[in-house]
Amino acid sequence: MVEKRSRRHTIAVLVDNEAGVLARVIGLFSGRGYNIESLTVAETDPKNNVSRITIVTSGTPMIIEQIKAQLGRLVPVHKVSDLTIEGPHVERELALIKVAGTGEPRVESLRIADIFRARVVDSTNDSFVFELTGASEKLDAFVELMKPLGLVDVSRTGIVAISRGAAPL
Amino acid sequence: MSREKLTGAEMIIRALLDQGVDVVFGYPGGAVLPIYDAIFGQNKLRHILVRHEQGAVHAAEGYARSTGKVGAVLVTSGPGATNAVTGLTDALMDSIPIVCITGQVATHLIGNDAFQEADTTGITRPCTKHNYLVKSPDDVARVVHEAFYVARSGRPGPVVIDMPKDVQLGTGRYVGPEKVVHRTYQPRIKGDEGAIGRAVELIAKAKKPVFYTGGGVINAGPQASEKLIEFARMTGVPVTNTLMGLGAFPGSDPQFIGMLGMHGTYQANLAMHNCDVMVCLGARFDDRITGRLDAFSPKSKKIHVDIDPSSINKNVSVDISIVGDVGAVLEDMIAVWKRDGRSSDAGALKDWWTQIDEWRGRDCLQYEQGDQIIKPQYAIQRLYELTKDRETFITTEVGQHQMWAAQLYKFERPNHWMTSGGLGTMGYGMPAAIGVQLAHPDALVVDIAGEASILMCIQELSTAVQYKLPIKIFVLNNEYMGMVRQWQELLHGGRYSESYSAALPDFVKLAESFHAKGLRAQTPGEVDGVIAEMLDTDGPVLADIVVDQAENCFPMIPSGSAHNEMILSSDRKHEVSDAGKALV
Repeated sequence: MVEKRSRRHTIAVLVDNEAGVLARVIGLFSGRGYNIESLTVAETDPKNNVSRITIVTSGTPMIIEQIKAQLGRLVPVHKVSDLTIEGPHVERELALIKVAGTGEPRVESLRIADIFRARVVDSTNDSFVFELTGASEKLDAFVELMKPLGLVDVSRTGIVAISRGAAPL
Repeated sequence: MSREKLTGAEMIIRALLDQGVDVVFGYPGGAVLPIYDAIFGQNKLRHILVRHEQGAVHAAEGYARSTGKVGAVLVTSGPGATNAVTGLTDALMDSIPIVCITGQVATHLIGNDAFQEADTTGITRPCTKHNYLVKSPDDVARVVHEAFYVARSGRPGPVVIDMPKDVQLGTGRYVGPEKVVHRTYQPRIKGDEGAIGRAVELIAKAKKPVFYTGGGVINAGPQASEKLIEFARMTGVPVTNTLMGLGAFPGSDPQFIGMLGMHGTYQANLAMHNCDVMVCLGARFDDRITGRLDAFSPKSKKIHVDIDPSSINKNVSVDISIVGDVGAVLEDMIAVWKRDGRSSDAGALKDWWTQIDEWRGRDCLQYEQGDQIIKPQYAIQRLYELTKDRETFITTEVGQHQMWAAQLYKFERPNHWMTSGGLGTMGYGMPAAIGVQLAHPDALVVDIAGEASILMCIQELSTAVQYKLPIKIFVLNNEYMGMVRQWQELLHGGRYSESYSAALPDFVKLAESFHAKGLRAQTPGEVDGVIAEMLDTDGPVLADIVVDQAENCFPMIPSGSAHNEMILSSDRKHEVSDAGKALV
């Protein structure tokens, strides 16, 4: 029986760092109707001109297999790796969170930030910018707690991920 | 030699020649003038001036499909590039190797909405296999060589190279093709041995097997067709071809059960529906093949061989998948079959063939030719009879005539049938015929057309006349967009909304106005004479065959139906679900 349930997958893609490569990846997802829950990209190997894209997407096993095959046949793609099924991996996300307020809520936000091990990276008399790293759920929880305390802005990187153990991608 | 400095334009010509290109189809314009200047200064590369850029790409497709080489196109920026988009999409859908060089405004003007500027790489990204914007003359040669490699390797497809005008004018160093190795794109050719072993075992044990083969066998080269024939002979398995795969297996061979799919034969579709092992070779389970997915060949184990991993398990989930070149995989299958001393289940196959021959006995392509009105099928059948002993290439437009041609013209060899399968592009046939004729000057090239389709690229008749290309355009004129009319009759209560070809030109005079020959047949008795005169004429001919306006193309699997729900004639009542009506 073909598995019909949709599941979240984190996919790492190594690509040539060339003009248009991100447009190709995004165009593939929009053109074929796949979801992108988050996408991060940066050059990771400047010497070889290689960037790493981390995509979080969801779909049935058949759709996920399609997504990987479609990514794999893009000409500038070196490697596609499904971290979700290829063994244990670590996922992290970074957020910058701006909270404005004075008095008790301001103190409370600092207290919670301490519990979450968020760092203060900017401070004025009536605002903080917190930097927080962790699993996405942890970031969600922190943002939720900041709402009543004067949450102004949230900027998140989306997920980056890497496999556990010594082996490269 | 390779260290000398050349202009970008000169390097383009040099690189095309080094890639073995002898013909480029194109149309000049402001942003490609340096390249046209370079063409003017040499006589090795032949340029064919089309009349519209869509025609240039289709002509290159015809050239590529009939030779196995990469087709080359040269167009200007802006409208030149956007006009090429239909042809590029067509080539992408049908896996035809094309390299299309588009002019672009100078690099410092890109993004400024300059005259005849378009975001060509942006526009063509989803309709090419890959595309490039060249920013420096030093990259020109490498990019051209890479583009040819990408276009022809793996699953072939179109590649666009966008060349800004200053890059054409600047100078850089030329590198030869042998120095260019692609970093990332290395498609797999050899199939997995374990999977091939399991596939061979499954085929040997099958009681009701079928080979379902597609355009991949054609793309894998003539030797892949030879391997297919060899393997089919060894195993005794019935063979059906997709529209794109016709010619991979001899059309008149008793082991061939006809085309499958929406307008496939009764025996082919029922064999697909009832088989116990389906071997899909270089085809992609397109919706025109499968019909309703949840009722598609419900009892079979499926083996899928394809060079493109994304074709596998896309529409239909298969039991054994083999990624590789279908010719190489067939060769390995034959070797494993011999090595393991395999043989088919002769008793079961005999029963299977008895069943298939019973289905074949329905004679699903029959029609009744009276003595007044020409049946379109009759016209194609006569064309086949009168041309089958020559070296004949057939191209088509899109619609009823295309399906009748696919059903009734028997192709004995690969690369002799050029049609727009995936995209279904009306206007494909005549420019494609021009490309085929250029590659095969002494062969007979016939575009089987409809009166509506032919008007979509009629301007290319001028190209055929200019270059004295003796293509034959065989128009089945029923004064309707026939396939639209058929769907409206069967699915929309006979409300023929906008499908009548009103105000048609006089095709004979039209041909004459282009300095080609025009002929007309209006009764069945005139058909043979017109075909004979068409074949005897040393130059382009447009034959207007006036056919039955009401004829429908059967068998037909209505959208949203299964293979065993095909309709064989207009007489039978049938229902199409709302879900089916929503399908194309």
